[in-house]
Amino acid sequence: MSDFWSWFIIVIVVINLLGCGGLLLWNNQISAEEAAKETTGHSFDGIQERNAPLPRWWLFLFIGTLIFSAVYLVLYPGFGKFDGVLGWTSDNQYQKEVAVMEKSTGPLFEQYGQVAIEELVEYPEALAVGGRLFANNCAICHGSDARGAKGYPNLADDDWLYGGEPDQIVTSITKGRKAAMPPMAAAIGNTDEAVRDMALYVQSLSRPDLAKDSQKAAAIERAKPKFAMCAACHGQDAKGNIMMGAPNLTDTTWLYGPRVEDIEYTIRHGRSGHMPPHESLLSKERIHVIAAYVYSLSQGANSAE
Amino acid sequence: MENAVASPDYNYKVVRQFTVMSVVWGIVGMAVGVFIAAQLAWPALNFNIPWLSFGRLRPLHTNAVIFAFGGSALMGTSYYVVQRTCSAVLAFPKLAAFSFWGWQVVIVAAAITLPMGFTSTKEYAELEWPIDILITLVWLAYAAVFFATIAKRKTSHIYVANWFYGAFIIAIALLHVVNNLAVPISLMKSYSAYSGAIDAMVQWWYGHNAVGFFLTAGFLGMMYYYVPVQAQRPVYSYRLSIVHFWALIAVYMWAGPHHLHYSSLPDWAQSLGMVFSIVLLAPSWGGMINGMMTLSGAWHKLRTDPIIRFMIVALSFYGMSTFEGPMMAIKTVNALSHNTDWTIGHVHAGALGWVAMITIGATYVMVPRLFERKQMYSIGWINTHFWLSTIGTVLYIASMWVSGIMQGLMWRAVNTDGTLTYNFVQELVERHPFYIIRLLGGIIFLSGMILMAVNVYKTVRAERDCHGEDNVQQAD
Repeated sequence: MSDFWSWFIIVIVVINLLGCGGLLLWNNQISAEEAAKETTGHSFDGIQERNAPLPRWWLFLFIGTLIFSAVYLVLYPGFGKFDGVLGWTSDNQYQKEVAVMEKSTGPLFEQYGQVAIEELVEYPEALAVGGRLFANNCAICHGSDARGAKGYPNLADDDWLYGGEPDQIVTSITKGRKAAMPPMAAAIGNTDEAVRDMALYVQSLSRPDLAKDSQKAAAIERAKPKFAMCAACHGQDAKGNIMMGAPNLTDTTWLYGPRVEDIEYTIRHGRSGHMPPHESLLSKERIHVIAAYVYSLSQGANSAE
Repeated sequence: MENAVASPDYNYKVVRQFTVMSVVWGIVGMAVGVFIAAQLAWPALNFNIPWLSFGRLRPLHTNAVIFAFGGSALMGTSYYVVQRTCSAVLAFPKLAAFSFWGWQVVIVAAAITLPMGFTSTKEYAELEWPIDILITLVWLAYAAVFFATIAKRKTSHIYVANWFYGAFIIAIALLHVVNNLAVPISLMKSYSAYSGAIDAMVQWWYGHNAVGFFLTAGFLGMMYYYVPVQAQRPVYSYRLSIVHFWALIAVYMWAGPHHLHYSSLPDWAQSLGMVFSIVLLAPSWGGMINGMMTLSGAWHKLRTDPIIRFMIVALSFYGMSTFEGPMMAIKTVNALSHNTDWTIGHVHAGALGWVAMITIGATYVMVPRLFERKQMYSIGWINTHFWLSTIGTVLYIASMWVSGIMQGLMWRAVNTDGTLTYNFVQELVERHPFYIIRLLGGIIFLSGMILMAVNVYKTVRAERDCHGEDNVQQAD
């Protein structure tokens, strides 16, 4: 803030507060002559005005708030560039509260951090902490049951875009993940028919029954050779590639929906899933505990089978 | 009554039009409010139809109750008050007629474009730029009529009600134009001329002063006329009205930043918003004192006159919400209350308790006089309406207090591991019962408005039995 604006603010604040005080002083005195009068003598459509003095309690309330203002503006920022004698800022209030919390919870997480994730899943109280961290930080996209939504992977099943081993999960949370499925229509023929054929082909990878329909079977046959374009990422066997988060197309897990229209949309426009990095938001130990929680979800899925 | 001076032949046509439409728009706006309150309790009520979705109907509700209901009431009563207290016929009758019809076109345009999804995204200023321009023209016409009438007054002084109406008209013109400055890119889409924190600050400078000058100063103008007229008592203190008027209009302008506590708005601006909000308490209460103490010597009328009851309860809610406002502006309190239902409750304490109730009282005073009837068709119905309004308001604000404070406390509850105790859905589930109570309060308040509409209709239909002369006659 420049000196000019700083002084501008100070001057108008002072004028305003002093103006209120002056207004009160000016109207606080009432002459004996005026006090003797029943009304001011005005009459507006029959309405007359008495001239009762300002109520004392109200006057003191007003003056009290003016004094409060002056004191507050000395203590806290407000007078232009003047920071206030307490040196308070909303940012350092936040940092202090974070530090207090960090101090009280630090030892707990330090303990958890020393235990390998594979072992940590054996401790229900650690998983409970992980579950709460998940609810606070991850549930907004992945759902409070971690089962995801369209475009947001289900973390409670056994299917992993970037791998389900503990260190892979830690990397996903820490560094984030950026998928980039490019629009592919141009590469496979750029006609509505070609896109439709490919969508049916992709759908048929997990649904062999589609081939029973002769029309669909023909479409699938037409698209089959063009899948080479897709294999660069999804693999010749279409089982995907966790190095780049290319999904397995042969299973029944669909990140963006199982309908032909959904798949067509993906082919036409591409998809760019984005898991944001959390290293600046969460401590290493907290990510460790969340990863244990996420890891435990699919372990449960396995054992249930 | 041997009146020395015969009153001039006042222009009541535009007043009647505005008064009737304020009742109509009140019902429309509150009905939309009731519907969206039901949607909050049962979200399936949007029926998956885009123009029935909460996000589009909520601005329709706020615009309808503030600008259609409140605006029509303010313009109608100000045209009535300025004529009578200046002993002068309304200036520029054609401009006055334009201000009525133009304002109705604005309202209809809002009712069409907001559900269609056209919005500038500024709260309480959602209307797109072509409608904003029409508002500006209507407002200039309104200002011309009002101030020209004051200029030709037969009284030596300007009555306090007109100071407030005048301040409201000038401030709203300024706020509306500055906040809505935008770059149009098509007929129904524009982008704000401001960006980032400055845009937020301009928006809440507007937003809070819409409360301060539209919903406070304007309705104080209304109060200063209809309370003494109905109570048949002189106004309590001229001196107090001077002090609280000047303090109110000077201090209100600063209070906007309290809507942006703990945001990217610089700390100094937040502090000033808080400090001036606290200073605002006494000037706000000045109006309440002046209104209530006007009744001193006539307290018995509270027992017999339901219209006086409306006005006194309105002033009580005014006093309560203008205490609550400064309190919520304190950073520490705001840290709990911000973004919770408490804010919604606070707004409705002012909107239902103060704005609507003082308007209802004024309407009951004015309708018989405008249509030359001795009194309203049914005084008993006014009494019923009073209780419906009071119970509806209390249910509304009490449920939102409980819900909002609970919400704030659940948000900040922290486990020993530093995680939040409750997730969003848990907190939402806990609030559900209060959403239903709030809906019930809204339905009760709305039913009172419908009763008023019937009462007004019956009064207007009844035989003409009085020549509308005069307030003064009842004085003795």
